[in-house]
Amino acid sequence: MATVQEHLQSLMGNRVVETAGSSLTRETWRRLRANRIAMVGGAVIVFFVLVAIFAPWLAPYDPRVNTWFDQIRPSSVPGPSREHWFGLDESGRDLLSRIIYGARTSLVIGIVSLAIGASIGAIFGVLAGAFGGWADSLVMRVTDVLLSVPSLLLALSVAAVIGQSQTAVMIAVAVPNIPLFARLLRSSMMAEREKDYVGAAVSVGIKRRPLVMSHILPNSLGPMIVQGTLALATAVIDAAALSFLGLGSADPGVPEWGRMLANAQRYLNVAPHLCLIPGFVIFITVLGFNLFGESLREALDPKLRR
Amino acid sequence: MFKFIVRRLLLLIPILLGLSFLLFIWVRALPGGPATALLGERATPERVAQVNAAYGFDKPVLEQYVKYLGRILRFEFGQSITLRKDVTDELLRRFPATVELAAAAMVFAVGLGIPLGFAAAKRERSWVDSTAIVASLAGVSIPVFFLAQILKWIFALKLNWFPTIGRLQPTRELEHVTNFNLIDSVIALDWGAWVDTVKHLILPGIALGTIPLAIVARITRASVLEVLNEDYVRTARAKGMSRRIVDRRHVLRNALLPIVTVVGLQTGLLLSGAVLTETVFAWGGIGQLLSGAVLDKDYPVIQGGVMFLAVVFVLVNLIVDVLYAVIDPRIRVR
Amino acid sequence: MRQRKKLVALALVSALALAACGSDDSNSDTTSGPGGGKAGGTLVFGTSSDPVVLDGAYVSDGESLRVIDQLFETLVTTVPGGTEIESSLAKSWSASDDGTVWTFDLQTGVKFHDDTDFNAAAVCFNFDRWYNFTGVAQSAAVSYYWSTVFGGFSDGATPSLYSKCEAKDDATAIITLTAPSAAFLSGLAVSAFVIASPDALTKYEADKVGGTDDAPTFDGTFGTEHPVGTGPFKFDSWTPGDKLTIVRNDSYWGTKAILDKVIFKPIADGPARRTALETGEIQGYDLVDPADVAALADGGYQILNRPAFNVGYVGFNQAKPPLDNPMIRQAIAFALNRQALVTAKYPEGAEVATQFQPPELFGWSADVPDYSYDPEKAKALIAESGVTDLTIEFYYPSDVSRPYMPDPTANFEAFKADLEAVGFTIVPKTAPWRSGYLDDVDAGNAQMYLLGWTGDYGDPDNFVGTFFRTPQVAWGFDNQEIFDALTKARDTADAAERTKLYEAANKLIMEFLPGVPYVHTQPSLAFAPGITGYTPSPVSLESFATVSLG
Repeated sequence: MATVQEHLQSLMGNRVVETAGSSLTRETWRRLRANRIAMVGGAVIVFFVLVAIFAPWLAPYDPRVNTWFDQIRPSSVPGPSREHWFGLDESGRDLLSRIIYGARTSLVIGIVSLAIGASIGAIFGVLAGAFGGWADSLVMRVTDVLLSVPSLLLALSVAAVIGQSQTAVMIAVAVPNIPLFARLLRSSMMAEREKDYVGAAVSVGIKRRPLVMSHILPNSLGPMIVQGTLALATAVIDAAALSFLGLGSADPGVPEWGRMLANAQRYLNVAPHLCLIPGFVIFITVLGFNLFGESLREALDPKLRR
Repeated sequence: MFKFIVRRLLLLIPILLGLSFLLFIWVRALPGGPATALLGERATPERVAQVNAAYGFDKPVLEQYVKYLGRILRFEFGQSITLRKDVTDELLRRFPATVELAAAAMVFAVGLGIPLGFAAAKRERSWVDSTAIVASLAGVSIPVFFLAQILKWIFALKLNWFPTIGRLQPTRELEHVTNFNLIDSVIALDWGAWVDTVKHLILPGIALGTIPLAIVARITRASVLEVLNEDYVRTARAKGMSRRIVDRRHVLRNALLPIVTVVGLQTGLLLSGAVLTETVFAWGGIGQLLSGAVLDKDYPVIQGGVMFLAVVFVLVNLIVDVLYAVIDPRIRVR
Repeated sequence: MRQRKKLVALALVSALALAACGSDDSNSDTTSGPGGGKAGGTLVFGTSSDPVVLDGAYVSDGESLRVIDQLFETLVTTVPGGTEIESSLAKSWSASDDGTVWTFDLQTGVKFHDDTDFNAAAVCFNFDRWYNFTGVAQSAAVSYYWSTVFGGFSDGATPSLYSKCEAKDDATAIITLTAPSAAFLSGLAVSAFVIASPDALTKYEADKVGGTDDAPTFDGTFGTEHPVGTGPFKFDSWTPGDKLTIVRNDSYWGTKAILDKVIFKPIADGPARRTALETGEIQGYDLVDPADVAALADGGYQILNRPAFNVGYVGFNQAKPPLDNPMIRQAIAFALNRQALVTAKYPEGAEVATQFQPPELFGWSADVPDYSYDPEKAKALIAESGVTDLTIEFYYPSDVSRPYMPDPTANFEAFKADLEAVGFTIVPKTAPWRSGYLDDVDAGNAQMYLLGWTGDYGDPDNFVGTFFRTPQVAWGFDNQEIFDALTKARDTADAAERTKLYEAANKLIMEFLPGVPYVHTQPSLAFAPGITGYTPSPVSLESFATVSLG
C-alpha cells in the first residue's frame, strides 16, 4: 500500500536501487570521490576508526589514573595546558586520553549494537521478502509495532528492563535498528524477486537459498551500507543520550563520551571545556558518518544523477 | 474515502494490540518476575506476596492479560510508585505542556526549514546548496541535550535574554483551564502571561526543533528538486510562463504535499527528543516524567507513558495519511 | 513563496520584539511594598523536588519538611540556628520526678488556619492519631519518626514509649510515657510531631493510607490540598512539577511573617537552580552545588551555611568477608586519602570527619584513633592480615546529591583509586538512590557503600545511636559491648555523665571501625543580594517568616 511513509521514503532515497548487476560499481566509487562532502565525511570516519584502534599508542596517559586529583578544587578544573592538551576532567584525569579511549568505547558500542540490530533485522527481512505470504505479514506487523514507538523511548524501555550496564546500552541501542533493517532487506528481496533472472533461475530449477545468497544479498549491499553508516551515527548519539539519562556502565571510570558529557553538566559555568570538548567530539564524529552515509546514498541512486 | 479511513483505522488495532502485548510481556519478563522488579532487592517473601495480591500477579497469565487489556482500554495504568499519583491523571495533566513545546519546535522547524530548503533547491549545486546540505546534516548530528545546554548557557546565562526553567515565571498566576498556557492566557485576557509563555517556549523550542528543522529543509529541497524536474514544469517554462507563477502554481503545491506529511512523521522525533529537552529545561511535560521514571524504575509510569506516546504517534500518522489522501486522490486509489 | 517568507519573517520579528518588551513587567510582583522597606513581596525559592505530602506524620524527606515547617508548629522547637530546645506551642513544661509524666502549658488564643481552636484536646487528638496508626501507616516508609522516638503503636506489637495523653483543661496537656526518657523532649521538636487541626484531619481523610509498605499512597486530600496548621503561613495552592504557593497567615498568634507569599519551585538540577538564581527567576535556593559556591559569592550573591550537622561515611557490611577482618578495615581507613577528597570536592567549611558525629555535638571525642592517610601502613596491614582475596564490591548511588555527598560519583572514583593503589580490587555497583540503592544497603546486599546522615535533633543518640545501638543488617556485626555502651549513654539522666559516656563510646566505635567516616559539611543556601532574615539551622528547621526582600 502506497502510504505517505513510502512516498516520503522514496523522496529521502530509501527506495531500493535499480541497477543492473551489483550496485557497488566503480561508477559509484568514482562519483563518491568526486563529491567533496563525501570525502570529508569519509576522512572523519577513517580518523575516528584509526584513533579508536590505536588508542593505547596515541593517548599520552592512562585514561583511568587520577594522578592530578590534587589540582582539582570545587570551583576549578584545570583547562587546556601544555602537559594536558585538553585539560583535566573533574576527577583529575587527562581529558585528551579519555577522549581518545572514548572513541574506542563508542566504536565498540556502535559496531556491536549495529551488528546485533542489523543481523536480526536482516534475517527477518530476508525471510519476509523471500517467502512472502504469512511470514511477510507477520514481520510487517511486528516492525509496525516497533516503529510505532519513537526510537529513544524504545531504547529507554529496553534499558530500564535490563538495568544499568554497558551491555544494556548496546542492546537497547540495537533494538530500534531491527525494524529498519528488516524493512530494508524485505524491500530489497521483493524488488529482486520481480527481476527476470530470478524467474528464469527458479524455472530452471535453482533452489531459492543459493539464489538469495549469491545474487540477491550482494545487490542489497549498497543500501545496507548506507543504512549501516547512518545507524552507527544514531548509535553514538543514542548511547550518549542514555548515559546522559543515567543508564550505562556502573563504572564511572570507563571513558565514554556521553557519560563525560553528562558528568560535565554541573561544571558548565565553571569549566566549560569539560562539556564543550566531548560534545563537540560527538558532534563531529556523528556528522562525519552522516555526511558519508548521505553522499553514498546519493551516489548509489541513478535518479539523482543529472 | 470513508472506506479508506476505516481501513486505516482497522490497521491501527493490531498495532496497538501488539504494542500492549509487548508492554505486558515486558514487565513480566523482568528478571525475577514482576513483583521482584517492582520491589527491587528489598523483596522478601511477605512483601512479594503483598504485591502479588495487590497487582494480581498470582493469577493465571491469560486472566492477567485480559484484565490488563481491560485496564488499558479504560486508560487505567495504575499508580506511580514514586509519585503516588494516578498515572493516567498525571499523563493527561502534563500532556498539554509537551504538546505546546512540540508545537513551538515544529513552528520553528517549518518556519525556517521550508524557506531554507526551497532556497537550496533553487540554487542547486551552488555553495548555498552545499552549505544547506551540510547544515541540515549537522542539525541531526548534534545531541539534543548538548544543544539545549549550550543554548541555555549562551542565551539565558550570558546574555540574559530568555528564561531557563519551566513554562511560566513562578510569580505569575494563570487560571489553568486547558493547561495550554497559550490558550489559557488568551481566555484570561492576560497579555503579559501570553508573552511570558512565548518567552519560555523559545529556547526549548529551538533546541527541540533543530533536528526537525534539518529534516524539513532536506525534504523540502528534495521534494522541490523532484518537482522542478518534472516534465510539466519544464513544459510550462518552455511555453513562456513566468518563473514566479510556475513556482507558485505548480512547484509549491506539489512539493508541499510530502512536506506536510513530514510534520506528522516528525512527531515521533519530537516526542522522543522531548524527554531530553524537558529534563534540561525543567519543563513539566511527559518527557520529564518519563526520564525520572526510567531511573526510578517506576514501571507503571513507563508503561503508561510509552503506550500513551505511541498511541499519539500512531494517531497523528493516521491523521496525516488521511489528510494526504484527501489532498492527493492518486494515493487513495491504490 | 516570497509572501510566505515575508509572513514568516514578520512573525519571527514580532515574537522577538514582544519578548524584548515583555521583560519589563516580569519582575513587578517582587518589588518591595510601600515605604520602600520590608513589608510584603513574594519570594520564589528553588527546591530540589516536590514534597511528597504535606502531613508531618508521614514524611521524612527534606522537601516535604521544608514546607511543613512553614505551615505547622510543634509543642517545642529548636532555637533558630541551633539545636537547643525552646518553647513553641507549649509555653512551658515540666516533668514528674520519675520522668514519665510531662505536663505542657499551652499558648492560648491560638487558632488553626481553618479558624478552629488550638487547645489541649487538639494536641491529644494528634498524639492519639499517631499512636493508633495501623497497617501500612506503621511502616518505616510512613511513620519513621514516631518509630524512632516512641517505638511502637497502640496494637502493642512492639513496646511503645507513649502511654497516653490527657487534656486537663484547654491550656494543659499531659503526656504520660511508659519509661523515663532524656531524648523525648528533643524528639518532640522534630517536624513529624506538628499539631494539625483535628477538624481538617478528619474532614479530609488524612488517615486514608493505601498501597504497600514500600509504596504507600496517601489517598486523603489533607496532605495535598488542606494542610491546616497553626503556622505563620497558610497553604494556597500546589501544582506538582510546577510550584507550591503559601501565603502569610494574618491571624498568626506570634510575630507575623513579613513576606506576603512564598513560592516553592522544584528544579531538580543544582546548576539549573544556580542559573535560575542568576537570571532572577528565583531569589533563593537550597543545596548549592560546591562548584557554584565561589562563583556565586564572587557574583555578589549571598551564600549562607548551615552549621555542620551531618556525616558522610563509607559503610562496611561485616557479614561479607574480607570486611569481617579488623586489619582489612583498618587498611581501608589508612588507604583512603580523605583530606584530598575534601579539598578537591567540598566547599569551604567542610572538614574531615574523625568519628560518626560532628564536633559541634556533645559527646564528640578528641581521643579517637588516628587514621590519617598512610598507604604504606595500609599495605603493611594487608600483608599482615594474610587475606589474599582483596575483591570488594563498592556501592554508590547514581543520581542523587546529598548535603554530605554532593557528587557521589566523584567520591566513589577518588576512593576507588586510593584503594586500588594499595592492592584492592574494586567492583563498582550502583543503583538509583530512591529505587534500589537504599534498599540494597538496608537489606544487607551492599558490601561496602557510600552513605551519610544529617541529624534530626541535637542528641548523639540520633547519630551513633541510630547507627550502632542495635544490630543492623546493613552493618552486619554483633558487638554487644558497643550496643550496651550506647544504650547506657542514652538512658542516663545526668547530662555531664552522658557526655563522658558518649565520648567513651565514640572511642570504642572508632577502634572497632564499622565504617570510615570522612566528612562533615556545611551545606549552603544561596540568596539574591538584599534578601535578609533567613537563619540556617543545623537540623534544617528554617522559617521563612523572618525573611524580607530587603
